[in-house]
Amino acid sequence: METLPPAETAVVRRIVAEHKGRPGPLLEVLHAIQSALGFVPAAAVPVVAEGLNLSRAEVHGVVTFYHYFRHSPPGRHTVSLCQAESCQSMGAQALTAHARRRLGIDFHQTTADGEFSLEPIYCLGNCACSPAAMIDGRLYGRVTREAFDALIAENSLPP
Amino acid sequence: MTATVYIPADAGALSVGAGEVAAAVAAEAARRGVALRLVRNGSRGAYWLEPLVEVVTPAGRCAYGPVSAADVSSLFAADFLNGGAHPLALGLTDAIPWLKGQQRLTFERVGIVDPASLADYLQHGGYRGLTRALALAPTEVVQTLTASGLRGRGGAAFPTGIKWKTVLEQPVTQKYVTCNADEGDSGTFADRMLMEGDPFSLIEGMTIAAIAVGATSGYIYLRAEYPHAAVALRSAIAAAYQGQYLGADVAGSGRRFDLEVRLGAGAYICGEETSMLESLEGKRGEIRVRPPLPAIKGLFGQPTIVNNVVTLASVPWILARGADAYANFGMGKSRGTLPIQLAGNIRRGGLVERAFGLSLRELLYDYGGGSASGRPIRAVQVGGPLGAYIPPAHFDTAVDYEALTGIGAMLGHGGIVVFDDSVDMARMARYAMEFCAIESCGKCTPCRIGSTRGMEVIDRILAGVDGERNVRLLEELCETMVQGSLCGLGGMAPFPVQSALKHFREDFRARV
Repeated sequence: METLPPAETAVVRRIVAEHKGRPGPLLEVLHAIQSALGFVPAAAVPVVAEGLNLSRAEVHGVVTFYHYFRHSPPGRHTVSLCQAESCQSMGAQALTAHARRRLGIDFHQTTADGEFSLEPIYCLGNCACSPAAMIDGRLYGRVTREAFDALIAENSLPP
Repeated sequence: MTATVYIPADAGALSVGAGEVAAAVAAEAARRGVALRLVRNGSRGAYWLEPLVEVVTPAGRCAYGPVSAADVSSLFAADFLNGGAHPLALGLTDAIPWLKGQQRLTFERVGIVDPASLADYLQHGGYRGLTRALALAPTEVVQTLTASGLRGRGGAAFPTGIKWKTVLEQPVTQKYVTCNADEGDSGTFADRMLMEGDPFSLIEGMTIAAIAVGATSGYIYLRAEYPHAAVALRSAIAAAYQGQYLGADVAGSGRRFDLEVRLGAGAYICGEETSMLESLEGKRGEIRVRPPLPAIKGLFGQPTIVNNVVTLASVPWILARGADAYANFGMGKSRGTLPIQLAGNIRRGGLVERAFGLSLRELLYDYGGGSASGRPIRAVQVGGPLGAYIPPAHFDTAVDYEALTGIGAMLGHGGIVVFDDSVDMARMARYAMEFCAIESCGKCTPCRIGSTRGMEVIDRILAGVDGERNVRLLEELCETMVQGSLCGLGGMAPFPVQSALKHFREDFRARV
């Protein structure tokens, strides 16, 4: 199995040490790892397991159960499109098809230049302003194809 | 005099440009040398008017909306700070008919107060419920809840007082109060609005629960899709600790209550209470077999209250005003008010808090103004992805737990998703199975396997393969899932499918 680079191992160990004393800490630990590294590397699993005195299987089981935890690095921007009923009633499927064409990728993929990852999401709680999208934690409502293109263009600018 | 302007920082309002409007208002005021106090409130819930800008005038708060950043300089030119006339002017906010007819109890402060300010909360009647609860014996607090008729607003509609009584009666020292803020149903956003717009009411409700049942520790299990609510809650919790409404000596009572937010990770099933408890313990969100009930053996094996956000946030009102005041609203066994969420293809979408009993038709047409597309409404889904699709023939049904059950539907968390006549109900039925397949926790076979087989069977129907036989097979499969699943996900995911088959069979026949 791949091992985690020393710098990342140190990050994971620090996170585990910070949360270890709290009740039921595993989800909190995984959130912190994803915040720090952008995803939860498979090689982090044994480090977490050892630190929390769990089996690797237990940690792997939790990481893979939850949709939110990524197993690979995300693009520079993460674009999530709501696929749930409310957004469907306002054309989410057509918007999704448009987004796939515009970015040239499918769900769970990242553009070749590493700029955008496209993810499905099931409800952002913005159902009175459907269809909804989230880009890097910013919420957007009443998203038309034109508005989507404008957001992608805005986020494509050099930092 | 410094003018006070309210511009929501609610995630939904921000999603349509409230942040840009607030920045433009601040910049324009600076450019003109006008002093103003800008308050970032929650949303009033009239999302069709967001971004809604309000300004305080001697007559009351005046509203303008929907405002875009480009409108801001013309608003200043029209002297909106003194309620001046403008094409976007809506008059007094409280007089807007859509808002005026509502009965805001649980949402009485949402959109009104500064959600980040404990002082504002106190000024608007906050913590009166806790003060009252501290003056009562625990059994009296529980009795008040029982007498109010409050039922769980998350969807299961279980009487809150009875749940609390069970926890109170457990003779152990370590108990927990948990809030289920995993609002995953499409078409619902009441929890989000409340947590962002009046987070202290949830904190107060949980504190009252803790005092009533003898718990010292609480968790809010919040879905990861709600980052704005996480910020609002954490800031309010910090302020409540600072003001000694949380911690070792709650409001000088000598009682301890600690509260923290824990984030979910994108699993719909964690809105099921036992799955949520597993997740809070840091495990896979697989459901637990009941009994034992969480009230007897819940978080970390201890007696635990699990209530939804709106349920807990209704508690302070009930304690402050009394059980009868709350029970006087509503009909039959559905007492009090319900924050109903109008969503999807609807012209005037948003949050309508009213006593139980008004009809779907009033909601869809009087409040909602019909579909956003202008086409006829063909179906509404009430109660989230596990709720039935209801055809126009049933639109006179009252919003009431029993009345909706009576037509084979369910009220759930009070979300109503509207579809116009372009909807393909066979596709929506397929989506219901697909969603169940994606979100199944995998513990029981009818849900884990049944949902995938259900998707395949509907695909065959859509492809015109052996249509009639496959429709019969689908009906049998639905029955198996309903009867054989361990929890509500597999047990209710067939409801939208069955209702689509029952009320919109022509959409399946077209391919047979």
